[in-house]
Amino acid sequence: MSDLKTILQEATGALADVTTMPDLEQTKARFLGKSGSLTEQLKALGKLSPEEKKTAGAAINEVKQQVEALINDAKNRILNAELETKLAAEAIDVTLPGRTSGLGGLHPVTRCLERIEALFATMGFAVADGPEIETDYYCFTALNTPPNHPARSMQDTFYVLNSENLLRSHTSPVQIRYMEANKPPLRIICPGHVYRCDHDATHSPMFHQIEGLWIDEAISLADLKGTLTQFFRAFFERDDMQIRFRPSFFPFVEPGVEVDIEWENKGGKIKWLEIGGAGVVHPQVLRNGGIDPEKYSGFAFGMGLDRLAMLKYGVNDLRLFFENDMKFLAQFR
Amino acid sequence: MKVSANWLKQLVDFKGSIDELSHTLTMAGLEVEEMSPVAPPYEKIVVAEVKSVNPHPNADKLRVTEVDVGTGNLLQIVCGAPNVAIGMRVPCALVGAKLPGIEIKEAKLRGVDSNGMLCSARELGLSEDHGGLLALPADAPIGQDIREYLDLNDVYLTLKLTPNRGDCLSMVGIARDLAAVTGAKLTVPAITPVASTSTDARAIKISATKACGQYLGRVIKNINTQAPTPDWMKRRLERAGFRSISPLVDITNYLTLERGRPMHAFDLDKLTGGINVRFPNPGEEMNLLNEQHVVLKPDMLLIADDAGPVAMGGVMGGLESSVTATTTNVFFEAAFFAQDVIQGKTRTLGINSDAAYRFERGVDPTSQRDGIEYATRLTLDICGTPTTEIGPITEAASELPIRAAVRVRVARVNSIIGMNIPSATMAEILTRLQCKVAVEDGVFLATPPSYRFDLNIEEDFIEEIARVYGYEKVPVAPPKSSVPMLSIPEGQRSRSAIRHVLADLGYQEVINYSFVPETWEADFAANLSPVKLANPIASHMSVMRTSLIGGLIETLKNNLNRGESRLRLFELGRCFLSADASFAAQPERIAGLAYGSLHTEQWGQDKAAKTDFFSVKGEVEALLQNFQLSFEKTDHPALHPGRSASILVGGRRAGLLGELHPRWQQKYDLPVAPILFELDVDAVTNTAAPRFSALSRMQAVRRDIALLFSDDTPVQAIIDAVKSRKYRTVTEFSLFDLYRGNGLSAGQKSLAFRIVMQDTELTLTDSECDVTVSEIVKVLSQEFGATLRK
Repeated sequence: MSDLKTILQEATGALADVTTMPDLEQTKARFLGKSGSLTEQLKALGKLSPEEKKTAGAAINEVKQQVEALINDAKNRILNAELETKLAAEAIDVTLPGRTSGLGGLHPVTRCLERIEALFATMGFAVADGPEIETDYYCFTALNTPPNHPARSMQDTFYVLNSENLLRSHTSPVQIRYMEANKPPLRIICPGHVYRCDHDATHSPMFHQIEGLWIDEAISLADLKGTLTQFFRAFFERDDMQIRFRPSFFPFVEPGVEVDIEWENKGGKIKWLEIGGAGVVHPQVLRNGGIDPEKYSGFAFGMGLDRLAMLKYGVNDLRLFFENDMKFLAQFR
Repeated sequence: MKVSANWLKQLVDFKGSIDELSHTLTMAGLEVEEMSPVAPPYEKIVVAEVKSVNPHPNADKLRVTEVDVGTGNLLQIVCGAPNVAIGMRVPCALVGAKLPGIEIKEAKLRGVDSNGMLCSARELGLSEDHGGLLALPADAPIGQDIREYLDLNDVYLTLKLTPNRGDCLSMVGIARDLAAVTGAKLTVPAITPVASTSTDARAIKISATKACGQYLGRVIKNINTQAPTPDWMKRRLERAGFRSISPLVDITNYLTLERGRPMHAFDLDKLTGGINVRFPNPGEEMNLLNEQHVVLKPDMLLIADDAGPVAMGGVMGGLESSVTATTTNVFFEAAFFAQDVIQGKTRTLGINSDAAYRFERGVDPTSQRDGIEYATRLTLDICGTPTTEIGPITEAASELPIRAAVRVRVARVNSIIGMNIPSATMAEILTRLQCKVAVEDGVFLATPPSYRFDLNIEEDFIEEIARVYGYEKVPVAPPKSSVPMLSIPEGQRSRSAIRHVLADLGYQEVINYSFVPETWEADFAANLSPVKLANPIASHMSVMRTSLIGGLIETLKNNLNRGESRLRLFELGRCFLSADASFAAQPERIAGLAYGSLHTEQWGQDKAAKTDFFSVKGEVEALLQNFQLSFEKTDHPALHPGRSASILVGGRRAGLLGELHPRWQQKYDLPVAPILFELDVDAVTNTAAPRFSALSRMQAVRRDIALLFSDDTPVQAIIDAVKSRKYRTVTEFSLFDLYRGNGLSAGQKSLAFRIVMQDTELTLTDSECDVTVSEIVKVLSQEFGATLRK
């Protein structure tokens, strides 16, 4: 019996020192191989009496199981250690920058426009478009601004050489074109480039406007106030924003409206800021668009898209929008 | 228009503060753009008289003065002004006064005590005049606070008036509207007629009867035009932005300012015979007051005498007939000119005219007689002499505008405004606006006052009711209307979707001007006759683009100069093929530019890899992945002839792709050539919504084949040739490798294709696949002379 104890002690000691799989195999053979010490013990059982065989066999088997368990533990230990080594060797610096194909982005004015289109779409406004070289008729006359009307001097218009046509000075011509092509109820916004002969820190000869038109039965000044109030509050994400509507004049609306929003200037002072023109569509304009003003009424509005983007993103110089400096544009991705 | 708040308050009894006044005007549609005090907020400046002037012992340019400021003791003040003189009355800042940038203290100036400062107009913040002390009239009361004496506790309101409100282009006009809006009392000084003392008159005739409704004239003789314009008038004119010129000119300007009544004064002695209001005869010419020589156009209304033109009616007087310092006899004109005759004339001539500005917006047609009486009164008061003779007012008239009554339906007013305003309130508002109002059955018959040219249709009155009632009181209604769902075809790709794909591919959107230098059109589009602007802002913005390429090249250059080295840019915008106002002539295009290394500069990527034709082609293919896309070799003026392709969508040309022509790379000073593409937006927005086709559960078989082709065989042709056969089992035929060089003869290339075959019903056998592959090889051999690579 003392042999078995010795064998178990030896096996425990030997397996504790084993660190590689070949070593483990060798050590395993020392005890359980063909001439291993435990195998020898089993072979010796044959010489014993059946009574003795039973007792001694059970003792040997118990030790054999213990040794096998030790071998298994050692195997797991070795495999774990090998995996640890492999993992350690495979480690990377996870803080290295990710691989990129380079980032692109939208122009801030487009970004702003997409947001406005989405907001108006929730109210059922479709998007309409019109040519940028326009006729005098659509740009002025159909909008109740005949030649020599003093209102024409409100906008310095670019004219096309050797042509009667001009670069549209506002997006309002789209109103007429859309009315001609569609039957009420009408609900559209029309964004786009517009052009005026003006170039300084606050004026660009090309800039962006967004026009809106809603025509249905009994659409009123109150609806205009309701729609634009909701829009400005949603656009600027300020539910308490104060919006002021005051009388003004544009030949194609009557009553005419100028819209101001409450805005905090650099010094922290709250001031009224002119943000757009609007009004109830002039009956003559409806007639020019083929709509009966006795049956339908509506409102229109126009806003500077660049100005909205400037306010929204805190841009302080209009010219930045047209200089296309990547360092500027990248801020709006 | 610049308005003195104090003067306005003399005309209308407005009780509120200056801020309330400004708010009230703005909310009445007379927008106050700016408010500024007439003078800075100083005090302790009084009227003083200079009693003695002595040289300064230590300074040549300084004088030592004694001045009386009304306290009983004279003050010694050192003064450097060249015009200081004994007996002069001047503003004097006392010790303790704070002027802009200066606080007055007892001081020694070069060793001499000085107890105050004598002031110039600039020191008082009244003008830029720093030539000397501000000389006050000899009757200025000594010791009186200068703010009181010069009426400096006043505020200028700068009004931004809309073109429809010609009636508000005067002090009385603004006061009248303010009174109507607030209900406050209006006090307009009455005009007392001046009886004639002679029979001197000029004959007046109106030939252009539609252009001139009435013409009044009056002769006044023996006046003293050397008399000074009184200070009160000068001050009012100057504060409104008129320069004081001479008493007669000042009087006519004053009438314009106070009453909105343009007048003209002729030197009577320079008129020949009678007055005729007529259009020019062919070839007539004249010199205007501003010394501009004008060859008269047939629509330019004239005031002529027997010798020819003496004024351009309602616009500007003639040079030769104008009043001068030596004028002693004058002929006053007060006339009504129709708006449409005056409109546009100042723009045609490139001049400014206060008269034309008012006539084109509408001048009260009932104001001629009052105007001429008022001018007579002021002339008599200012320039009158014991021998002054006043002639009778003579007149010629044709037709003056008549204001017709307009039907205003109460229900319509409320429907347009969107609330219920009682009809009694509407009636009160219209009455306050001096409309004549008759009511019958829910309808007003409203006749506007003579001076309101902007009240012609029902809507005009609706606006007036809303304006006076208050836009602020109109409810903010939640919009109410049926909301039909918008139609959004699935096959219609939005511009926004296109932009987002390019942005996701790494392209940055830019926005360039639609007008470009003429050279860009020539270089990048070979367009020698672009659409030109008649009035461009600058020569580099003079023609309309037919391509977006120039703008992208410019943006590239600017950003390279700012230190960038790799760029991906795109723009979506209209191009202008002709001056027609149609979509067809102004297609929307989308263009992109890629420049520099293939990858952004980063670790672990091939830094030498360059952006080339094929990397951008891959991106174009990604942008157009739902389209039936092909490419064919092309020539384009902007692009390298060997490296440019037409992009075909569904077999139709939709755009181009290629490398910038080396010629332009050199001319535009670019270190390497960018790759460009440009597409018609319309060609890439309409696609088909996806349709399902049955998936096969059978095993797919892949076979790779490599064939040798002549180097000039386009791959597209090979693929097209195979695809046109429409093999039933072939689901894919694509190129996966290209090889030239070792092992091949010159002019040969090896192309490796992948053939994927699949049946929907059965698993294909090897021999079936072999048949298909050899079929394909045979086709390629027959059509292109290809041989299998061993």
